[in-house]
Amino acid sequence: MPKVKIKRKSTSTDMTAMCDVAFLLLTFFILTATARQPEALAVDTPSSTVKTKVPDADISMLTIGQGKVFFGVVGQDVRAKTLQKMGEQYKISFTPEETKRFALIESFGVPIANLKQYIALDNADRMKLVQPGIPTDSIDNQLNAWILQARYATKELHGNELRFTLKGDSKEEYPTIKKIIAVLQEQKINKFSLITSLEGDN
Amino acid sequence: MAELDTSGGGGKGKKTRSKKMSTKVDLTAMVDLAFLLITFFMLTTTLSKPQAMDMFMPDKSEPEAELTVAASRTMTVLLASDNKIVWYMGIAGSTPPTVDNYGKSGIRASFLENNKKAIAFTGNPKKGLMVIIKPTDKSNYKNFVDILDEVKIAGVPSYGIVNDVLPAEINLLKDQGVYK
Repeated sequence: MPKVKIKRKSTSTDMTAMCDVAFLLLTFFILTATARQPEALAVDTPSSTVKTKVPDADISMLTIGQGKVFFGVVGQDVRAKTLQKMGEQYKISFTPEETKRFALIESFGVPIANLKQYIALDNADRMKLVQPGIPTDSIDNQLNAWILQARYATKELHGNELRFTLKGDSKEEYPTIKKIIAVLQEQKINKFSLITSLEGDN
Repeated sequence: MAELDTSGGGGKGKKTRSKKMSTKVDLTAMVDLAFLLITFFMLTTTLSKPQAMDMFMPDKSEPEAELTVAASRTMTVLLASDNKIVWYMGIAGSTPPTVDNYGKSGIRASFLENNKKAIAFTGNPKKGLMVIIKPTDKSNYKNFVDILDEVKIAGVPSYGIVNDVLPAEINLLKDQGVYK
């Protein structure tokens, strides 16, 4: 009787299917990931233990740092509409091309009089420019106008109330924050969120 | 390659034939790389989202809506300079102020202790401490976020943020040397 030889199985597995799946997922994640735009005003946010995430839509972000305030609102359609409304209020007409370019700007801090020049700059020059922040003084409170028009724009386009978040620098003196909160409260916005980074409970 | 030789040895004295190359490519490294990138993209998309801390300011348009809260369960917290906190119970001047720090053994312990006292005083667990946060002009934004965080961690039932600091309170801070 011949000896039965046990055939040793190969240890190599077929990786093709696994590779396919992995790359499919990879493609999905790359496409859904939104490229992070460089921030116009770099701030170091304080940390807290809250774990609520910032919502994705109908939200406006006021960045506060170095005594300046920058305004930004999420959504290109809302941005375009806000610009159009601001143009009407300040008697400045923006061309469709300018509106389109403005819709891509995430956050800015220039007075409305200089906005045209700012829009005309390309991305690299915009980063180099030191922006003075949006005027908030009582004579010419442009921040107030931006907030109001952004709220109108959101209401008209999406039917939702615009929510506000403050993104402040840790070292920012409280009077600056107080001033911004006062601007928001003038419009009876008493509820808003503070953006913080994550910290463990201790 | 991490593959065992399964040819079974032998093959002695056989004719040497030109070996056919296998068309199989080892995909292990490629899969490794793909999964590494997936992990990276997953983490950066979900973790990069910042956290939002909700806060409420008292409505200015309704000055009539004033709450009457017993002085013994009101704790006024003044945010001073140099990351210091000064707090007192009840009305300014009636009780000695305490200088505190941020953190677990500082203000959080004070919150918990005062909350216990307030509950013991009212006899109703729902009617605990009422914290009034007053950030002064000498404090910074981090202090403000920290105190709100501490209030949440300590589970203080009700709190409010008041932006106008009384002159008497500023004097109080000056006496303690924490208003620079």
